[in-house]
Amino acid sequence: MNIHEHQAKALLKTYGLPVASGVAIFKPEEAEAAARSLPGPLYVVKSQIHAGGRGKGKFKELGPDAKGGVRLAKSPAEVAANAKEMLGNTLVTKQTGAAGKQVNRLYVEDGADIARELYCSLLVNRETGEVAFVVSTEGGMDIETVAHDTPEKIVTVDIDPVAGVTAADVAKISAALKLEGAAAADAKSVFPALYKAFTEKDMSLLEVNPLIVMADGHIRVLDAKVSFDNNAAFRHPELADLRDLSEEDAKEIEASKFDLAYVALDGNIGCMVNGAGLAMATMDIIKLYGEEPANFLDVGGGASKEKVTAAFKIITADPNVKGILVNIFGGIMRCDVIAEGVIAAVKEVGLQVPLVVRLEGTNVKEGKAILSASGLNVIPADDLDDAAQKIVAAIRG
Amino acid sequence: MSILVNKDTRVLVQGLTGKTGTFHTEQALAYYGTKMVGGTHPKKGGETWSSGVDGTELPIFASVAEGKEKTNANASVIYVPPAGAADAIIEAIDAEIPLIVAITEGVPVLDMVRVTARLEKSKSRLIGPNCPGVLTPEECKIGIMPGSIFKKGSVGIVSRSGTLTYEAVFQTTNAGLGQTTAVGIGGDPVKGTEFIDVLEMFLADDATKSIIMIGEIGGSAEEEAAQFLVDEARKGRKKPMAGFIAGLTAPKGRTMGHAGAVISGGKGGAEDKIAAMEAAGIKVSRSPARIGVTLAEVLKG
Repeated sequence: MNIHEHQAKALLKTYGLPVASGVAIFKPEEAEAAARSLPGPLYVVKSQIHAGGRGKGKFKELGPDAKGGVRLAKSPAEVAANAKEMLGNTLVTKQTGAAGKQVNRLYVEDGADIARELYCSLLVNRETGEVAFVVSTEGGMDIETVAHDTPEKIVTVDIDPVAGVTAADVAKISAALKLEGAAAADAKSVFPALYKAFTEKDMSLLEVNPLIVMADGHIRVLDAKVSFDNNAAFRHPELADLRDLSEEDAKEIEASKFDLAYVALDGNIGCMVNGAGLAMATMDIIKLYGEEPANFLDVGGGASKEKVTAAFKIITADPNVKGILVNIFGGIMRCDVIAEGVIAAVKEVGLQVPLVVRLEGTNVKEGKAILSASGLNVIPADDLDDAAQKIVAAIRG
Repeated sequence: MSILVNKDTRVLVQGLTGKTGTFHTEQALAYYGTKMVGGTHPKKGGETWSSGVDGTELPIFASVAEGKEKTNANASVIYVPPAGAADAIIEAIDAEIPLIVAITEGVPVLDMVRVTARLEKSKSRLIGPNCPGVLTPEECKIGIMPGSIFKKGSVGIVSRSGTLTYEAVFQTTNAGLGQTTAVGIGGDPVKGTEFIDVLEMFLADDATKSIIMIGEIGGSAEEEAAQFLVDEARKGRKKPMAGFIAGLTAPKGRTMGHAGAVISGGKGGAEDKIAAMEAAGIKVSRSPARIGVTLAEVLKG
């Protein structure tokens, strides 16, 4: 689960991290009062969407010459004028795709006098199985670009889970970031606090870009991006309220209610598959035969008839779907259960597009028999190659 | 021969009394008499579990240590729900169980960080979590793989994905090759056993004449495995291999079902993995339906 910058900063503040004062607003008329509650005289008005690149992003409705998604303002009146222009409009950034994202909330923050911009993130290092700090002196820019152009400027420091962040770790990070004086003193509390927030809240990513050294020499968290490990949600009921459903695809929200792993895509062949790897492979084989998948959907190992029905409904609700491919390798999942689920779903929601079903594994004969006896217009397939060719041929008419 | 498990493997079930543990233990017992020797439950020690299929009875112990002492188990399989899975793994590590197979999906990644630290200095090997298990045809089935598609033979199979493991098994069975052992290493970002460990075992196993390796997007384990194979080939250790990588069409930054299947920070894309595997001499099939055929073609030369 991703959260907004202002939520991430509020959370980090509870860990004693240095963040600027700020107020989240949802309506333009809240802007001026928000600004007046801050020290000033410089303010920053920041679009709150779950995507990076906001500063360089452009609002679709405002034309190419308008300012981006993060703006400086020198008075509460200027804050209000900017808020009026930004709220409700669609911000297109490098990460949003061409469709962009509607800006439904802004964060009005106290401005900072920036001396240096640094990069700092925490993540789980898959190679070592430890939490790692990834830091760079090249802050404020896309870290993927830094990794590509100047990989030597990125330093990774793994943290021993038993010892936690040691003085030696802080020294390594501080040296990599060339921190001195007040900043080096701040580092002794800032990096352990970031680690504490990351581990206590089961984050999967905590990215501070930039982490700044201010003109007065102290460190501040200027931007914060936080994602949580969905697998740990059960032990963090306090985080559930931070979810912003307006940032998520409606079909993905519906799928999450049924515990289905679903990712909406841009193509026109809907897929229903059991197993994450096979679901990806099914998308790949559709592409291999010249069409694009409309979604990733893993119904899981122990799917019930109800789950299959729900999955089918989500796929058919997508207006882009011109054909459906069901691909099941029943290990634990029985093919007859899948067949019954498909039939129940078709009877309930109707079938306006071609449907190819490939069943293999446990009770495959029973499953195929149920489908052919149903009288439904189901195109049976023998293997995944056959299935992909048949659905591609069917949607091309 | 085979790797990891055989007819002498004695398996303890952590989470035997639950619905999942019970179902798969019944299936394992029915698969060539896999030696399931007991289960554990902290509050049900001293009770007896019985199979709903044939009435086979297994003792339940209060702890893994007690179960190991009384049954001489040398493997454990974990069906404990996510919240307790890490502690179950650590209990098995503390009891010095040589092979621990964690089937549980949805273990928090920071719990696995804790497990990894314990595993490093231990006498145990962990497979998984979030994996389908390990199966040696006609000898031993640990986990949830369907036994009916296997055939005793010469191919070693290692995979990050459960259902793609079944595809590879089924296709090599149909090609008449059969398998020595199939190992599902699991789809999580932090796990007990990586490709390299399993490839090393397959290279060392005389009965394994060829290998199938199935990866997916996310991380760099496939690239590291490819480098390992290149290094081993220089020492003269090499076996014919076919492979597949899932996720060529996956969008960046989205987690595709498996917690570990995500392209992040510009890393973990399918093309890089395929290129690394091909450079290591693995014939990578672009179609998931042709993995078995691809291996058969490699073997024909």
